[in-house]
Order: sequence, then C-alpha cells, then structure tokens
Amino acid sequence: MAKQFGIIFGCLLVGELLAFIPGLDIPGSILGMLVLTVLLERGVVRPESIAPVCRFLIKNMAFFFVPPGVALMLYFDIIAAEWIPITVATVVSIFLVLVVTGRLYELLHRYYKKRR
Amino acid sequence: MDIALFIRSELFLVTLTFLLFWVFSRLQTRTGIALLNPMVLTIAALILFLRATGISYDEYYKSGQLIEFWLKPAIVALALPLYSELRHIRRQLMPLLLAELAGCVVGIVSVVVIAALLGAGEDVVRSLAPKSVSTPIALEISRQIGGIPALTSAIVVVVGMIGAMTGLKMMTWGRVKSPVSRSLSMGTAAHVMGTNRVSEYGERFGAYATLGLIINGILTAFLADPLVELVYACGLAG
Repeated sequence: MAKQFGIIFGCLLVGELLAFIPGLDIPGSILGMLVLTVLLERGVVRPESIAPVCRFLIKNMAFFFVPPGVALMLYFDIIAAEWIPITVATVVSIFLVLVVTGRLYELLHRYYKKRR
Repeated sequence: MDIALFIRSELFLVTLTFLLFWVFSRLQTRTGIALLNPMVLTIAALILFLRATGISYDEYYKSGQLIEFWLKPAIVALALPLYSELRHIRRQLMPLLLAELAGCVVGIVSVVVIAALLGAGEDVVRSLAPKSVSTPIALEISRQIGGIPALTSAIVVVVGMIGAMTGLKMMTWGRVKSPVSRSLSMGTAAHVMGTNRVSEYGERFGAYATLGLIINGILTAFLADPLVELVYACGLAG
C-alpha cells in the first residue's frame, strides 16, 4: 500500500514541480500522469505494483469531484444573470464536440486502416 | 452539545458527503436512470443543505478539501489505462490528432459564436472559450484571454455535469457508434468528468477518454487565444 501511494504521489510531486517551469501552462496533476506513463513505458515502474490503488482512485473519481462542484454555489449570481446564452451555447457546443470528434475519428480510423 | 457547531465539524460534513453519495448511487442502480447522476445529485443536495443551515462555502471547504485532495492522485492514476493502450494509440496517432484538432476548434468557435449571438457580454464569452478542458488548464486560459476565471471554473463543472449526464445519449443521436470514439469524445468534450463516466465501462475506454482530455487540454492552451481573436476579428460574434 505504502509503495503504491508513494509512487503515485511521487509522480504528482514531480508533476507539480514541473508545472513551475515558466510557459508550461499545464496542471501539475496532468504532468504527473505523463511522468507515471513514461515510468511505466520505460519499465521503471511495473504496472502490477501500482494497479490496485490506481483502480481504486479511478473508480471513485466522481466522489472526489463533489467538493469542487459545491463551489458552484458561489457563482449562482453570475450564472443567473446570463443563464440563457451560457446554457444554450454550452449544450450545443458539447454536442458538436462529441459528434465531430467521434465521427471524424471513426472516419479517419477506417481510412488509415484501409491504406495500410 | 451545540448543534450549530456539530454540523460544521469536518467529521459531520465528510460523513454527510459519503452518505449522500451512497444513497444517490443506490438510487441510480435501482432505477437505472443515467440522468440521476450520483455526483450531480450529491452536489445539489449539499448546496441545499448548506443554504438551509446557513453554512458558508468557506466553512464547508475545510471538510471538502479532505475529499478534493484525492482528485489529483486520481488524475495521476489515469496513467495506468493510458499505458495499457499505448501500443494501439501509437498505431493511430494521425486519426487521433486530427479528430482532436477538429473537436478543439469546433468546441471553442461554437461556444463563443453562439454565446455572443445570444447577447452574452464579452467577458462571459471569453470565460466560456476553454469550457471543455479541466479546471486548472481552463483557469489559466481564461485569465490569458480576458475572461473571468471564477466564472470559467463554474462553467467547467457545469460542462462536466452535462457531459457526464447526457453525453452518451447525445452521441447516440449523433450516431457516434464505436466505443473507442465515444470514449475519446467524452474526454475531449467533458474533461475528467466525462472520462470518469466512461471509465465505468472498463479501463480501455478510460484510456481513450484520458487521451482526449490530455490532447484537447494541450491544444486548447495553444488555440483558445488566436481562435477567440479570430472570431471577433471576423465579426462572427456581432
């Protein structure tokens, strides 16, 4: 257990340190994920040695999102003032991103497969 | 015993968060209705509870932090599914990157143009531009392009909720069929919350959603500023 958390938090720590590099506007947690991916790929960390804790954390991610979600109560006024443009633009845009990304990927995936 | 002090204690608020989440998870499993998302319902119930009892967000935050703290290591843990899929990902790097690029551009341009046409103020419009990427990236971008970072972080959560609750339905209407492309889209459009939604179906899907979230995060960091300026320069936003 300690080893698994040690590796995961170690990568997070390195990621947070890397985030201090000027011009690198990427969050430390995402950089930490990339660090761990590289360590797995290089064989420095074996996947079995972190799998149980990783699975536990991923499975429960929705729960960890509750407190930042509660912060919504702070912004009710700003959202209430312009809620129609915000809601319509957001919903339509989410739909477009989902469909454009998904269908284009399906199309290109088939095209590249045929060429190979 | 002082009740007002008791319901403000970390132990009480953390326990309440656990219990609400548990009850709403059971509700969703029992009814099978995807719209009854336990995360969204727990957030709503907690906001109502805090309003009713007069507990401020700052007071809740002390307890909430104990839970939110685990979000960062959970994001790092996404390296595991990503690593397992790396071999497949390398083989289809071009389709992945092109689809991501299109999704990124469509996402920024559409939200900016629609919001502006419907009469949103310019600062609100700029706050909306990075809506699909996870909060820390979105905050940075919002600041950079002249939005309101606080509003952006609220919108990012709303986008995550909408994506997690209705994203899969939307793609069924839009006829996005393969599980891999559906996962990729969820990560692209609704960041970590979308990723979390498809991770429920298996690690492989989580990997593609993670990929969508990473690539779109990086692309948005580079493209949000020039695209928003371009939309305003073309007069598309009125």
